[in-house]
Amino acid sequence: MSKDILIIDDSPSVRRMVAMTLQQEGFEVTQCEDGAQGLETAKAKRFDMVITDQNMPNMTGIEFIQAYRSDPSSSGVPIIFLSTESEGNLKDQARSAGALGWIMKPFEQAKLLAVVNKVVG
Amino acid sequence: MIDAETQEIFRQETEALIESLQDALLELNKTPDDAELVTQVFRDLHTLKGTGAMFGYARLAEFIHDFEAAFEAVRSGNATVTPELVEVSLKAYDLIVALLDGEDPPADRDAELKAALTAVTKGEAAAVTQSDAPAEAAHVEGEVEGWKLIFKLPPDFMEIGGNPIAMLDELIEIGGEGTVVEALTDKLPALADLKPSEMHTGWQVTLPAEASESDIRDVFMFHEDQMELSLEPILADQPAGGEITPATPTETKTSTDQQQASQAAKKPGTAKVQMRVSAERLDDIMDRVGELVIAEARLSDLAAKLENPDLMEVVENIQRLALGLRDTTMAIRLTPMSSITGRFQRLAHDLAGKTGKDFDFVIEGETTELDKTVIEKLSDPLVHILRNAVDHGLENSETRIAAGKAERGTVTLSARYSGADVLISVKDDGKGLDPDFIRQRAVERGLIAENTILTRSETFALLMEPGFSTAEQITDLSGRGVGTDVVKSTVEALRGSVEIESELGAGSTFTLRLPLTLAIIEGLLMQVGDERFTIPLAAVGGILEQPDDLRKGSEPTTVIELREKLVSIMRLREVFGCSGPVNEHPKVVLVETGDTQVGLAVDRIIGSYQTVIKQLSPIHSRLNVFSGATILGDGDVALIIDVAQLVRSQGLGNLDKEQAA
Repeated sequence: MSKDILIIDDSPSVRRMVAMTLQQEGFEVTQCEDGAQGLETAKAKRFDMVITDQNMPNMTGIEFIQAYRSDPSSSGVPIIFLSTESEGNLKDQARSAGALGWIMKPFEQAKLLAVVNKVVG
Repeated sequence: MIDAETQEIFRQETEALIESLQDALLELNKTPDDAELVTQVFRDLHTLKGTGAMFGYARLAEFIHDFEAAFEAVRSGNATVTPELVEVSLKAYDLIVALLDGEDPPADRDAELKAALTAVTKGEAAAVTQSDAPAEAAHVEGEVEGWKLIFKLPPDFMEIGGNPIAMLDELIEIGGEGTVVEALTDKLPALADLKPSEMHTGWQVTLPAEASESDIRDVFMFHEDQMELSLEPILADQPAGGEITPATPTETKTSTDQQQASQAAKKPGTAKVQMRVSAERLDDIMDRVGELVIAEARLSDLAAKLENPDLMEVVENIQRLALGLRDTTMAIRLTPMSSITGRFQRLAHDLAGKTGKDFDFVIEGETTELDKTVIEKLSDPLVHILRNAVDHGLENSETRIAAGKAERGTVTLSARYSGADVLISVKDDGKGLDPDFIRQRAVERGLIAENTILTRSETFALLMEPGFSTAEQITDLSGRGVGTDVVKSTVEALRGSVEIESELGAGSTFTLRLPLTLAIIEGLLMQVGDERFTIPLAAVGGILEQPDDLRKGSEPTTVIELREKLVSIMRLREVFGCSGPVNEHPKVVLVETGDTQVGLAVDRIIGSYQTVIKQLSPIHSRLNVFSGATILGDGDVALIIDVAQLVRSQGLGNLDKEQAA
């Protein structure tokens, strides 16, 4: 059974690339362009994994993680956090909020796949 | 793969960025003190680097990283904006545009511009980029017998979606059969206090020495900071003080010597201290040892003439020491293949991702050692061959299944000794090469005439002719048909050769045959008229006394029958036009090259000789039948014959092999 992955990112090119890369590997991908939309989607259905960007308008990635984890039904769903090198200190905050891992931007498709396969594979 | 629409989104994003970058740079020329513009340049570069890297523009990202450093220096007040900086930056901008357009500017352009950027920012930029270069320092390590890993995951590990069982599986996969896993339950709370979703178990895992530390640590990617983790090598007992030895302190003569040596080095209980020495010093020592061997040969020559027994005794002693020194020096220069296989693992991984072909990448003979110069120069040709194997060799899984093959392909990179050579091969179990197709293509391209008779291996060798490409479709991985000829020229420059074997439908093997070392070879010295020539002793298959049918005629090449086989003979006197006294009883030296055996007719065999290879001057470099020259004991020069080239130049092949491809 193919795994369902939710990707939340406001940049259309990044979102699209993540989605394409994962779909080619046989994953089902749902795309959301901000945290609010992401929360709504993630609460309606249990995903095998959630990938969220940090820098987004209205709600940051960390805020999304906190909100999502406040719902006990999110327990056991791995979250991967996307951020840039200059935001390096944020990964600890993301971890405390309940992210399982992170990927630093820029990343290559191979890196993304390696992480996703490790987490849900 | 990234589809066209995503590419288009990417193109639009970068187009806006480079436009903004160029505007800011041109503005800076007018108002160099505008900090806002500096920040703008920096931000544009940073974003370009980031998205570029994500879309596979690795060279671009690497270059911008250094470009960025120059403006980081300006931003931090370590450099100022000068007209020179803007000038160089605009050139760097041009390179970025070229790279984004998919052009392939000369590789040294990047380095040139980086150097120029460093120069105009007075070196501050360089300090940023080079800080992570490894320091050259004495490096002491003991012999690793295995790894002891103790870890305890954070309590919320499962709640945030982690999977401890998958981690243990991964560790067992890394360690293989020798892995021992024990659970540590001492931190488990009493049953009443136990929350089932929390993680309190720890593990102790013992892994064999072959497991790589980075692979083990990769298992804990993301979690190292939040968990208890100790990973220690299990060391063999180390003798106090340690003994300083080169990596392979043994002779390099035969393959068995080599393998035993490396096995001995792996045995537990033989802890060693290793030292890092700069490559230049090693080259320097090798040069001096070469000179010493030449001087020693002159001394032996003189002593033999003087017939003084006391002098002879000293000379023999020096001779023995010089040879021992030569062997040790050559052994120091040997580096295991494993020093470059890491990048091939990575390449294989990336290729699998890019081509969507699922395959196993197997590396065999990583401990095989080669001269360090050879190893360094091999990296690029091997990358090329590996790419070709995956891109053009392996079929996709549907085709494989339809052909009754295993769904996953296998690509094997192996290295092994063969006499004084090392064979490195890349083997795939893909679709193989079609000799008829290659032949037809070569005729179309005008590389061979319609009626040229070629053996199977000669037909495959056409693949390495400049301008030959059989790829039906040009892909982004394997470029545009350039490259395989470069593989051949690189390997030949190292005095090696490339052989291609293939079975249609079953796969192909590219084998690089390389000499163990480059600087000194054991040669066979031969006299032809007034001249002396030497050939690598390793290539000599035997010597024939006075073959009867050789005395007739004086054509450069002839054929004799030897043990029911026809063997081509080259009369070196005629081939090279030598003058001087003729020996009535010529000798024939049988040499092997590739799958061909030929004979060289010479006047006299002088004997084996330590041949210190000196490069021919650039004026003579086109004389490719000679791979170099050596200075003899009496000060004369003997040319070193490149047997493979000589055979080719005379148009000789293996007469017994079937002729049609």
